[in-house]
Amino acid sequence: MATFGKKAVNDNESGYQTYLAFLCELLQKHNRRQVAISESTGLVTDLGLSSLEVMELIEQTEDHFDISIPLNILPDVNTVSDLAQKIQQLRD
Amino acid sequence: MLFDKFQAMADFQTELSRRDVKPFGAITDKVISATEGVVQGRRVILAGTNNYLGLSYDPRCIEASQAAAAHWGTGTTGSRLANGSFAEHVALETEMADFYGVGQAIVFSTGYAATMGMCATVAGPDDVILLDADSHSSIYSGVKLSGAEIIRYRHSSPDDLAKRLRRLGDRAGRTLVIAEGIYSMLGDVAPLQEIAAIKREYGAYLLVDEAHSMGVLGETGRGAAQAAGIEDDVDFIVGTFSKSLGAVGGFAISRHAILDTIRYCIRAYIFTASSSPSVVASVRQALRIVREEPERRERLWDNAARLYHGLRELGLPVGPAVSPVVAVEFTDREQAIAAWYQLFKSGVYVNLVVPPASPSTNFLLRNSMSAAHTPQQIDRIITAYRALLDAGLATPRNAA
Repeated sequence: MATFGKKAVNDNESGYQTYLAFLCELLQKHNRRQVAISESTGLVTDLGLSSLEVMELIEQTEDHFDISIPLNILPDVNTVSDLAQKIQQLRD
Repeated sequence: MLFDKFQAMADFQTELSRRDVKPFGAITDKVISATEGVVQGRRVILAGTNNYLGLSYDPRCIEASQAAAAHWGTGTTGSRLANGSFAEHVALETEMADFYGVGQAIVFSTGYAATMGMCATVAGPDDVILLDADSHSSIYSGVKLSGAEIIRYRHSSPDDLAKRLRRLGDRAGRTLVIAEGIYSMLGDVAPLQEIAAIKREYGAYLLVDEAHSMGVLGETGRGAAQAAGIEDDVDFIVGTFSKSLGAVGGFAISRHAILDTIRYCIRAYIFTASSSPSVVASVRQALRIVREEPERRERLWDNAARLYHGLRELGLPVGPAVSPVVAVEFTDREQAIAAWYQLFKSGVYVNLVVPPASPSTNFLLRNSMSAAHTPQQIDRIITAYRALLDAGLATPRNAA
């Protein structure tokens, strides 16, 4: 699987697919249910993430892309795709 | 169905109901003193209260309260903006402002209303709130109502706070940073000097919740901001009367004159009944005691050190430093519940904290010290914890 270290993410690579791939890789650590993670995977419904795990995911994403993700958007984030889109909105 | 979301809590209730005494909502039959009571038929040392200065049973406070009830009646039957501002409320606001050396103070009916109300009002749409990740529920509830953009910074991490202010650019000047003096779950003190320096650098505003630190920290008991020497950098302080002052109610103070205008915009202040005058009178008396008897703070810290070191020497996983809140962490849920129950049976009442109320996936037995605890009572608490270890109901830190 490709690595998504900080240096690998630059303006050329940024974009929805980059964020999606980063999240899919990150979420493997939390994949207790061994589901196939895709855009439509539900963070809570499919992966069973706890609220603490969701916040850990958010913090790691914030650090990686040097962004702050407001709590206000979280009610709209259900799937991996939702979060990737929010990251894109914040970075664009 | 509408009620599906409550099922997990209902299951937990059912599980706990199999025990004689529930760790949540156990009924106190009788209060014997500031540190002893009868809970569900058992005489216990009260080690779960936030009665830091032991003032809940002070005869002077009780007398003041009784006199006010006789003079003013039992309640105001109205909000501060309608018919519920009595001379007692205004006098307490004047005394709170004087205590803090500022021009403005607001008295609220509860500490929760004070914190939630201020956090919901000071910042609004177009503003940003940066709150500590381990903030109290009243802060989270308030900021949610504010309409502001809400961003968390890592618990007590000045570096993370600075990073997030940098990312905001020009918006940092419209940002309210929120921190607590002492955090209620683990008893740790916020790094307020560093936070204040960052706030200054970026031109943000700072609100400090001194709920657990007012009366506890600082040369004159004003709290963690005073202890850190950064009061001039704090824009708003909120706190409660239900801990070191032994009653109920809350407050906000500020060096900004605008606080007296903000008061008229706080829904948790406008649309709720004001405090009972008897409660306000006891708080006024308690505040006088805080000012006149600093030795209570010394006793509190002596007691906190005695318990903290006693539990640490047993090998129990307690926090990194002495604090009036001494939390023992458990990784195992069943062990935590069993330990709480065993402590109760041995005559020690503490608070059980379960996730998500605890700041991690761990469970806590949270002990709160009081200036009124005797050394003998503290030693009995330590002995009760030693018995937990002997019975295999607690795990030493190095074995965890």
